[in-house]
Parts: sequence; structure tokens; C-alpha cells
Amino acid sequence: MSLDWNHFTPLPSLGGGLLIGVAASAFILLHGRIMGVSSILGGALPPKKGDIAWRTSFLLGLIAAPLLARALGFLPIGRIDGSASGLAVAGLLVGFGTALGSGCTSGHGVCGIARLSPRSIVATILFVGSGMVTVWAIHALGLGG
Amino acid sequence: MQRISEFLIGLTFGGGLLLGGMTDPAKVKAFLDIAGLWDPSLAFVMGGAVIVGFFAFRIARRQARSLLGRVIILNDTMPIDGALITGSIVFGIGWGLSGFCPGPALVSIGMGEWKAALFVVAMAAGMVLAGYLNRQPKG
Repeated sequence: MSLDWNHFTPLPSLGGGLLIGVAASAFILLHGRIMGVSSILGGALPPKKGDIAWRTSFLLGLIAAPLLARALGFLPIGRIDGSASGLAVAGLLVGFGTALGSGCTSGHGVCGIARLSPRSIVATILFVGSGMVTVWAIHALGLGG
Repeated sequence: MQRISEFLIGLTFGGGLLLGGMTDPAKVKAFLDIAGLWDPSLAFVMGGAVIVGFFAFRIARRQARSLLGRVIILNDTMPIDGALITGSIVFGIGWGLSGFCPGPALVSIGMGEWKAALFVVAMAAGMVLAGYLNRQPKG
């Protein structure tokens, strides 16, 4: 292992993390809900009457964030490599896995660990571990990326 | 009023993901690449969020209702079972392949990335499929 000093951004990343923590705190303290993106989206598929507006408002806020960032002069970068078919397969796995495991990086990784939930700690170790093995395997098999 | 608050919370969350660099799949993959050139930034994002959330959830645990009068739902009674373990491993594989988890993928749609939109459509299909299989009679 060697550190990628050229791309390592400890301060902006810590700042971003604090903002995410503020959002998760506001969600539980104001709305009484866990800020888990996969559950908020998955619960709207299919939409249930009387249970869709709050989900839509939150998700629209997420999607609007880059528009606000651009208006403030901050130009986010996103380096999406990989083919369309590869992304579709990855998307299916992420959707299926987060629905089966009832959470993703925000629900288990942030909100779950913050409240010391054993279930979320197990889930986070597993998905970070399996993500690391996957990236290692892609490199070891010479599949690019 | 509630709708505006939820929108602003989503906006703040998305802003945190953007500032933290989590909407850049290559950066997320570099965090998962511990055997190669490792970028530990994502650990700082998660650490910062957990530190703030720790105090909020300690307060929330002692309340029955939220400040806006809603029942606080903490989902702490579910077991560590096969679904949690299998689901988390499958999620990690998709995360490692793409560098996208659900939140950043949605934010990337707002960046005008058609590939992120494709990812989200596939992700939604995966969620529906998991829900459908879950409703099948077992045994």
C-alpha cells in the first residue's frame, strides 16, 4: 500500500463529512427519520399514498446540490469510467444489495455507526471489505479501471 | 414547511458529498484500492459525519418525538441475518465496480451525467427486484 498524496483531500473531505453529519442530525431530530438514501428511494418503489412527498423532497434536494454548487462558482468533477453496460450491472448490484441489506453508505455507514448499531457496523465492514476485494480483483485480473 | 426542510436537508447532504469528493467515482475507487495507490479521503468524510451524528442520535434516542412532532424511527430491532450479510456483500461488489453508492449517484444526475442516470435506473430496478423476491412465499 502507498498513499495517493496527489489526490488526498483531508480537509475538504472532513468538511464534507461534517455537512453530511449536520444533514443526518437535522433529519433525525426534525423529521424523526434515518437519512439513508437507499431506503428513502427504495421505499418509493412503488410509491405508496401519503408516503411519497417527503421522499421526493429529500431526493430532489440531493439532485439540486450540484446546481447550487455551480451557481456558487464551485465546479464539481466526476470521473465516471467504465462502459454503460458495466455501470448498469453495477447499478443492479447496488440496488439489489442495498434493498436486501436494508441500507447503504449513508444509512448503515453514517447513521448506523453514529448510533453504534451492531447491525450497521457489520454491514459497513462487509460492504467496504467487498468493495476493496472487488477493486483488487479488477486490477489483478487486468480488467482496467 | 416540512417539504422545504426535507429539501434543504437533501441539499446539505448533497453539498457534503460534493465537497467531500464522493461524487467522483474515481476518488471512491481510490479509497477502496488499498492494495494500490490509496486515497484515504472517504474515511475523513465518514469520520466527520459520524462524529456529528453521534451526538444527534444520542439526543434522538431519549426522545419519543422529533422537533416537528413526528415519531422517531430508529430501526434498532432488526437482527443480523443472512439478508443483511448477503445484501451488504452484493452492494460492495457493485460499489467497487462503479465507484457509485446511492447518494452520490443521485447527486451526479444533477451534474448532468447521463451515465449516472443510467446507473440510478439500474439501481432502482435492483431495488424493485429485491422487494419482489422478498414478497415471494418462503420455503
